[in-house]
Amino acid sequence: MISSALLPIADELRRVVGGENVLAAHSDLVVYECDGFVIEKNCPDVVVFPRSTEDVAAIVKICNRYDVPFLPRGAGTSLAGGCLPVGGGVMIVLTRMKQILEINLRDRYAIVQPGVVNLWLTNALKGTGYHYAPDPSSQGACTIGGNVATNSGGPHTLKYGVTVNHTLGIEGVMTDGSIVEFGGPSEDSPGLDLTGTLVGSEGTLVVVTKVWVRLTRNPEGVRTMLGVFDSADDATNSISAIIGAGIIPAALEMMDQGILVAVEAAFHFGFPPDAKAILLIEVDGLEAGLDAQRDRIVELCLQCGAREVRQARDAAERLLLWKCRKQAFGAVGRLSPSYCTQDGVVPRTKLPYILRRIGQIGEKHGVRIVNVFHAGDGNIHPILLFDERDPAQIERVLEASGEILDECIACGGSVTGEHGIGVEKISFMRKLFNDDDLAAMTRLRVAFNPDNRLSPAKMLPTAGACGMEQKHPGRRAAL
Amino acid sequence: MKQSAEHPEPFESAPAAASNPGSGIDYRLFLDCVHCGLCTAACPTYVETGNENDGPRGRIYLMRSVTDGRLELTQEVRRHLELCLDCRACETACPSGVQYGKLIEPFRVAMEATGGGGEKSHDWFHRWILFRLFPYPERMRAAIAPARWAQFLRLERLVESLGLLNLLPPRLRQLVRMLPPLGKPEPALPEFLPAIGPRRARVALFTGCVGDAIFRPTNWATARVLQQNGCDVIVPRNQACCGAIHFHAGSSEPARDFADRNVNAFDCDDVDAIIVNVAGCGAMLKDYAHHWHDPRQDAREKFARKVKDINEFLDQLGLIPPEGAIRLTATYHDACHLGHAQKLREAPRRLLAKIPGLVLKDLPETDLCCGAAGTYNLTEPEMSARLSQRKLKNILTTGARVVITANAGCLLQIAREARCQGEKLWVAHTIDLLDLSYRREQPPL
Ligand code: SF4
Ligand code: SF4
Repeated sequence: MISSALLPIADELRRVVGGENVLAAHSDLVVYECDGFVIEKNCPDVVVFPRSTEDVAAIVKICNRYDVPFLPRGAGTSLAGGCLPVGGGVMIVLTRMKQILEINLRDRYAIVQPGVVNLWLTNALKGTGYHYAPDPSSQGACTIGGNVATNSGGPHTLKYGVTVNHTLGIEGVMTDGSIVEFGGPSEDSPGLDLTGTLVGSEGTLVVVTKVWVRLTRNPEGVRTMLGVFDSADDATNSISAIIGAGIIPAALEMMDQGILVAVEAAFHFGFPPDAKAILLIEVDGLEAGLDAQRDRIVELCLQCGAREVRQARDAAERLLLWKCRKQAFGAVGRLSPSYCTQDGVVPRTKLPYILRRIGQIGEKHGVRIVNVFHAGDGNIHPILLFDERDPAQIERVLEASGEILDECIACGGSVTGEHGIGVEKISFMRKLFNDDDLAAMTRLRVAFNPDNRLSPAKMLPTAGACGMEQKHPGRRAAL
Repeated sequence: MKQSAEHPEPFESAPAAASNPGSGIDYRLFLDCVHCGLCTAACPTYVETGNENDGPRGRIYLMRSVTDGRLELTQEVRRHLELCLDCRACETACPSGVQYGKLIEPFRVAMEATGGGGEKSHDWFHRWILFRLFPYPERMRAAIAPARWAQFLRLERLVESLGLLNLLPPRLRQLVRMLPPLGKPEPALPEFLPAIGPRRARVALFTGCVGDAIFRPTNWATARVLQQNGCDVIVPRNQACCGAIHFHAGSSEPARDFADRNVNAFDCDDVDAIIVNVAGCGAMLKDYAHHWHDPRQDAREKFARKVKDINEFLDQLGLIPPEGAIRLTATYHDACHLGHAQKLREAPRRLLAKIPGLVLKDLPETDLCCGAAGTYNLTEPEMSARLSQRKLKNILTTGARVVITANAGCLLQIAREARCQGEKLWVAHTIDLLDLSYRREQPPL
């Protein structure tokens, strides 16, 4: 129900952007009460769809005048509650700002509005010989604006880097309603690197209204390999061996036996049912030398005990392999009615250790855990299986999740590789950072967002928002 | 998802009162949705409006909230659910295997029954045009006879250019514009057409209702191509409309009657397959087994198992390659009811690849609905027009002069859009092209 205090604000927003771009009826707002993270829910009071940067600026000024919180939202695929309107207020949904404004191949950049879906950009570049490198598994749905907010990764970030490495500039609306450009089409603008600061700030510093992204030349050749292992340790050792040999694969992904069973049921690739783990390894670059790299990888894997390493026969098989990997989590529904995907990072050499620990933690709590992850950069995604109708299981899943993430921190890693902190992991911030670190970050946020009206209670713990207590791990899809 | 299939637990009904439109839905189907949002950008209405209430995840959430009793079935909620094309693009996109169709279809049926402001199936348009005219080929043929004359006399263009059409209610205007150029009426198909060459199969042909009135030439082409491929073709006389128009508009009972008439009209034991050339009808016929639970369900299931889309059937049988060259650039549009509902994407492309000389260009957003969606173009003209304009724009980027698709609705919709925008495009069924190639003829360009 819209609170009566906010009725005038809805009217005023309608005057600015038109009635068709404002939602204020309760039944229209319910779907905006959560995103891909469903444990916490809260309805916004008003949803507004700006059509331009100027609309966003006007909306922000109105929010300031009425002193209500506001936050941006794209496709709402956040897995950490990044789009949760804590405290209600105005939700600025950027899905109607979805133009690709310019594609400049000679200078290798594109200018896009924040509501452009990641895959649309890739599709628009088809046939040009260029692509946009960050390819999160949700790329068919998630927006570039959201990618910038969470500094998204994806399987190919091992070689190509994450979103921050591909963001040349940002136009954003500041919390006072002014419109500012940070960076731009050219490399290395002088002054403070504020573009880098904004990427990954989870919508707490500015509302992003335009992005200059870097375009990457398509590799001349690709070799995709599938390694089959009889033990998870052999697989993780192979990862270290490959990277240790100075090879930087474009992607290096691992799936364990638990997830393989589900993936096989869903996509019928033909994975050996008794394999304990498989590695999906891709190298790309100039055609010359690729075969040598492939042979070296095969050799290293075999030395580490691989049962079999083979190359994808053709483009169709390569696509199917990637489909299996990217949609792996979706197939988990075949194993269990509910599941919860965690997102942690450990130094690569700690992979064998953390995998063993995850197994032990699962056993200790009686929770079945399967694993699929970006092995190359140590970004793990243990998936905890449970039945959400059983409160005791939920309790155990929460405990196991917490223990796994604590273990990641103890290994010198972190509690999020790519999903962000949002509201989900805010309570871990104090474990990751000391008071001085947090104070420095808070001062930066205050410089941009002095009244804390923009995305309050996100990412940085503040008094009154040092983490919501989790009662329910939710049914989660991820990566 | 699998959960519901693989855990054969008893049906779990929703915690809802009987008057609640969600009360008849297996609640586990809602639980299959993990709220990841990966389906959103595949949904044509969401892509157009950017409003999550008009996307699959939002619609599931709305239906579930109404079922849970958290939300009233308000006018707004109804509108969001009515705006759904039932195109199933979301099912293709969903990695969790959510069976969206099994949620929206019964929910809409129940929503109609509970009445409310937007009693869609009870207004004049549904009563007279959709329900009384469309499902009956003879009435339809009689109704379009004046149009045939008007087109013959070029009056249609005159009417259109004078803006007289604008005097009609929007949905009727859309209907008039829909009509393709109608050639001289062809005779009805005989009850039996023999295989040419060694006999490879015996099939029955489903000729449809609107399809037979407007697309009789394509039905003839289908029969000829089947004969060329060594099939005896039987055309049962007593067959009826597939019932999809009623079912998707929320009228389940008349649809069940049609289904049972069809089950009686076709002798499943006598044929290897029941062939359909309209994707929308094919999807409905294949679903006969799930829609109703009564003693006749087994017979319907037996029928449904025999149903094959013409593309699917020829691809599985192994097409005898046609020899007539058609040197043209074409593009293929994936009809929702073929690509999403029946998961047939490669079969038609493989068939087309066998036509000598034909160059097939990829169509951007090929699997995004063209806005026809059964009778959606008549009931939701505004959204439908947005989608068909988008479709035509994509088609024009390919430079193709021929658009191929395997569904009556898409054919009409795309042809109409091209006509309205003055673009010269030939819109044809896969079978029309195969038929021409077998007969060594060229398209009427
Ligand atoms: S329908 Fe499928 S893809 Fe869409 S939100 Fe639900 S689980 Fe995700
Ligand atoms: S059936 Fe089509 S229109 Fe309806 S929600 Fe799914 S994708 Fe959207």
